[in-house]
Amino acid sequence: MSYANLYEVPGPRGVRRNRVLGAVIALALLGVAYVVYVRFDDKGQWAAEKWTPLLRADVWTTFILPGLAGTLLAAVAGVVLAGLFGLVFAAARLSEHRWVRVPAGAVVEFFRAVPLLLLIFFAFFGSYVLIGGNVSAFAAVVFGLTVYNGSVIAEIIRAGVLSLPRGQSEAAYAVGMRKSQVMRLVLLPQALRAMLPAVVSQFVVLLKDSALGLIVGYDELVDRGLNGIAANFSNVIPAAILIAAIFIVINLSLDRLAHWLNDRRSAGAR
Amino acid sequence: MFGTSRYAVVALLALALTACGSGEETYASIVDKAKNAKKLVVGVKADQPGLGLRTPDGSFSGFDIEVARYVARELGVKAEDVTFKETVSANREAFLQQGQVDMVVATYSINDARKEKVSFAGPYFVAGQDLLVRADEASLTGPEALNGKKLCSVAGSTPAQKVKESYAKEVQLQEERTYSACVDRVLGGQLDAITTDNVILAGYAAQHAGKLKVVGRTFSTEKYGIGLKKDDKQGRDAVNDALEKMFADGSWKKALEGSVGAAGFAVPQAPQLERY
Amino acid sequence: MDALLTEWPTITLAFWMTVKLAAVSAIGSLVLGTALTAMRVAPLATLRGAAGTYVTVARNTPLTLVLLFTGLGVGANLGVELSADIATNNFWLATIGLTAYTSAFVCEALRSGINTVPVGQAEAARSLGLGFVKTLALITLPQAFRAVIAPLGSILIALTKNTTIALVVGVSEASVRMREMIETYGDQVLQIFFGFALGFVVLCLPTGLLFGWLSRRLAVAR
Repeated sequence: MSYANLYEVPGPRGVRRNRVLGAVIALALLGVAYVVYVRFDDKGQWAAEKWTPLLRADVWTTFILPGLAGTLLAAVAGVVLAGLFGLVFAAARLSEHRWVRVPAGAVVEFFRAVPLLLLIFFAFFGSYVLIGGNVSAFAAVVFGLTVYNGSVIAEIIRAGVLSLPRGQSEAAYAVGMRKSQVMRLVLLPQALRAMLPAVVSQFVVLLKDSALGLIVGYDELVDRGLNGIAANFSNVIPAAILIAAIFIVINLSLDRLAHWLNDRRSAGAR
Repeated sequence: MFGTSRYAVVALLALALTACGSGEETYASIVDKAKNAKKLVVGVKADQPGLGLRTPDGSFSGFDIEVARYVARELGVKAEDVTFKETVSANREAFLQQGQVDMVVATYSINDARKEKVSFAGPYFVAGQDLLVRADEASLTGPEALNGKKLCSVAGSTPAQKVKESYAKEVQLQEERTYSACVDRVLGGQLDAITTDNVILAGYAAQHAGKLKVVGRTFSTEKYGIGLKKDDKQGRDAVNDALEKMFADGSWKKALEGSVGAAGFAVPQAPQLERY
Repeated sequence: MDALLTEWPTITLAFWMTVKLAAVSAIGSLVLGTALTAMRVAPLATLRGAAGTYVTVARNTPLTLVLLFTGLGVGANLGVELSADIATNNFWLATIGLTAYTSAFVCEALRSGINTVPVGQAEAARSLGLGFVKTLALITLPQAFRAVIAPLGSILIALTKNTTIALVVGVSEASVRMREMIETYGDQVLQIFFGFALGFVVLCLPTGLLFGWLSRRLAVAR
């Protein structure tokens, strides 16, 4: 998307002025970066002994890769279950029956309003009261990721269904489909396709949120990677920069995937 | 659509299986498990240098680890058959109740509330709350000197509150998520001291020898015990026997000196076991 | 219920902290988010690049890490001290972190809002002789804001809930109080959880309803 319609195409003087301004701003940004660099240098944050451990193979195999595996495992389980939860509750909220619609709405609104941290914490400590046994940290994390993101996805899908032209369901009824068939075979697949970008960005949120697993001791990238490395080499900041970079790379690939799916879809539609 | 739900069912099953743990045989006592399975799983801290630390090669090191290995050996389990599993303060009781670990050796203080849920052998160490300060800090000699100073502790722990209530009303408290973060900030000069059990602090002092020191005036007692399944009297007795032997043959002192001694931490007398 | 009743004063105090964090960060995020949006559509490539990079990084980093960077990076290593009192200092550091994170989402929402404004609007403004800043400030952004009120509401709700992560920089708000209470009153976990969950529902539901109503009322008729 270009926003060039917001300003005139600059003439020769404008081009010169823009170049000067651009250079000044670039210099200012570099200046800020330099100040940060110097201040961090004062505190010894760039010292080699804080950074070289991050290049060691055993640091990766012991801390980063197992942590990454934990994060991805929780995220994948969360994505699958949240998707399922979203489909079920979107359909339930669109039901013609009040006794289905209203409770489903209450559940979705409740889980959307409660912080994920509380949900994970509750799953971990409340399970003893509720089911008489403890659940694993993994189950607590996946529970939280599922009900929270599932509720958000339910709303996204519902909005998608509501945005479909009425003719879609009318035509489906006209060919003799039952209510459940209309929903399952006609409305949900279209809504899901239309809302795919929104669903994928929710999955990015889910992946980032799996980092909250550390409060119940789930072995994920922040707990195992960051805390494990920092305990050995006392390099919290360098390790945190590395872990953040890993998250950014994964999320950007997810973003790319969403764009690719979107392009493929619009190509298919044509 | 049907494809989606089939995958979901598989995922649900997988989740249920993980949640229930693998269907391994359960034993009434740690003694039986050691005798029959010849394997033990021990819950330890993974991020505390000198006590329980996961090192880059994947193994664990520290005083708690040495104690766990010694006890396991006395129960008839070889060092290579002991698996260490990370526990955090929030999940130690749960791990024992679920049988995910057979014992917990993780700076685990014995108290009555915990005795409702698990049982304790030991104590194998009596720690006391102390302060960790920069090595060149001469004025901070005890908790009373903290007025107007900035004190770091880990979120959700009570020791810092105690300092404020009983010793230095004017102290400012900073809560961090991990002790490593506290250490970073004390070394950087933004904070003045860290408080928690002396032996934990000694671990950090050893890691940063010459830069940090433990003040050495404890103002509480914390008895570290070995957590076992509740009502495992047989296991408790066996572990206590092992500890008694460890105290007597000098291994206890050696383990302590080897783990946290580098900072000049004075090794105390071995504690009195509290059998029940 | 006993625990919730006896601890009522500390609970309301904790939620008050949640509200303060959310309110201050919301204002900060709106200002910074708008500035970032202006930068992203500006004629200068440097500004566009800087804002784009910032949004990508902030949006894709877990909030836990963003707050860790503000607490340890900005606070401890850059030596930014906003108050001699640790609690106040932490509060401001937490709002900086929450603002840094949330403004990226505000920027994304506003940018899609600009997309909804018909091209003719900006073209008409330019033909009247308005420059970039005036076109954006007087014509495009006001309409863009009115188009994205509902998404901004969702961002505000997310922000309210995200304050629970401020414990990373040592701010004790509602979630910290809940953890402490679960430690102390282990037999009342259910009541404690539902009490705190209800607190967040009370904060978040009206926000959602208000913004839904506002977005319908203020929608630009086309």
